Amino acid sequence: MSATASALLTTPLNALHIELGARMVPFAGYSMPVQYPQGLMDEHKHTRTAAGLFDVSHMGQLRLIGPDAAAAFETLVPVDVIDLAIGKQRYGLLLNDEGGIVDDLMFFRVSEQELFVIVNGACKVADIALITERIGQRCQVLPLPDQALLALQGPQAATALARLAPGVDQLVFMTGGDFDVDGIDCFITRSGYTGEDGFEISVAAHDAEALARKLLAQPEVQPIGLGARNSLRLEAGLCLYGSDLDATTTPPEAGLNWAIQKVRRTGGARAGGFPGADKVLGQIDNPASLSRKRVGLIAKERIPVREQVEIRNLDGQVVGVTTSGLLAPTIDQPIAMAYVEPALAAIGTQLHAMVRSKAVPVEVAAMPFVPPRYFRG
Amino acid sequence: MTIKFSRDHEWINCADTNAAIVGITVHAQDALGDVVFVDLPEVGASFNQGDVAGVVESVKAAADVFMPVTGEIVEVNEALRNDPSLANSDPLNSGWFFKVKLSDVAQLDALLDETAYNDFAANA
Repeated sequence: MSATASALLTTPLNALHIELGARMVPFAGYSMPVQYPQGLMDEHKHTRTAAGLFDVSHMGQLRLIGPDAAAAFETLVPVDVIDLAIGKQRYGLLLNDEGGIVDDLMFFRVSEQELFVIVNGACKVADIALITERIGQRCQVLPLPDQALLALQGPQAATALARLAPGVDQLVFMTGGDFDVDGIDCFITRSGYTGEDGFEISVAAHDAEALARKLLAQPEVQPIGLGARNSLRLEAGLCLYGSDLDATTTPPEAGLNWAIQKVRRTGGARAGGFPGADKVLGQIDNPASLSRKRVGLIAKERIPVREQVEIRNLDGQVVGVTTSGLLAPTIDQPIAMAYVEPALAAIGTQLHAMVRSKAVPVEVAAMPFVPPRYFRG
Repeated sequence: MTIKFSRDHEWINCADTNAAIVGITVHAQDALGDVVFVDLPEVGASFNQGDVAGVVESVKAAADVFMPVTGEIVEVNEALRNDPSLANSDPLNSGWFFKVKLSDVAQLDALLDETAYNDFAANA
């Protein structure tokens, strides 16, 4: 065991992963299962057809508590926090003063005085420091290191989970609440990061393994590793922080204007007031000012186009670079996300991806690559 | 035994040094996971020992295939091109990659035998 390996953190499900035969890899400072013996391809397809259980306990969970919590959090993100109804969840972005994306996150309105926030594992220490520094005077910033997080994803997730937690199938996409899952107290939202219907389940660390075993005992459910989580999220057109998003990238460049509600935009009732607002709102108001834009690509030959592959126009000039890419298991075609010059971002634009010096024809394609199946009631 | 192994995780069956068969090892395919694509060299191309002669890709990663010996490609496995999963299911037989005409048979002496390779792979 190397020094690096021994320094890795483990989740409360570590022993279970090893018992299940997972191949463990370092990820975000944790030893995490990248795949189980059935393999990435099978895990991916199982999640698309039945239900997959993911350990995402490396992610950061925190609560923001106090009468001013929502207004305070709204100063850090370009999204509408104040008007988010109790019991509902929303996607958000932490920005730096240049409008660059420091992290992407999910937040949930627990009550008038409380938000529950989930951030990326690799970013959580910096996120909690930033949130504490910026708004720690206005509300209590309470990290939850003793909570595990499981995701149950797939078209049969609701059937499997409702057997243990009656009523959970009444939730619709981006809502949640407290549930008793066969005797275990859980906080559940109907959300996830695979494009499938499904749930994210926050549970006390000491109950996590028992909960995972109850879920795995359901006939629909198999354990799924980070490898398939990545291929599922890419098919769903969802960004991976650190690959497709980073601190030099603004929301309009990343194609995330949909996450910025009207109330925070120019002319809105609470326009601006978030880090980098001038730059971000300027880019939304004047799209011609963008120098690059995130697009989806589908290759026309069955050659995987991976991350950091140069994109050229048909004249051979470099016009961009990919940030994620793989052979999509569901559609059996190579798919990628890339940043290209905005003039080349229209659906159907023909480009070349330079794979090992070979120009592979690619086409700008609509995302998601696989239609989402969120349950909206 | 006529099978030797490289430290880059290729095997070479050198029973016929005018058409020695090269593939990736059980250890290599296991580390890669589900193979979805192989990029094979052109028949007639010549490579030096250690050159990149092909690429094998799983859903999660791409890996170079190195020439275990100097020589000329005399045949490639078209079946593997059509069904890359053969590299997982049968890496030592139907999952072979290409055949090579050796320029310097003495290069084989520096490759590993099965026992030495298994020790090497176990500690890799």
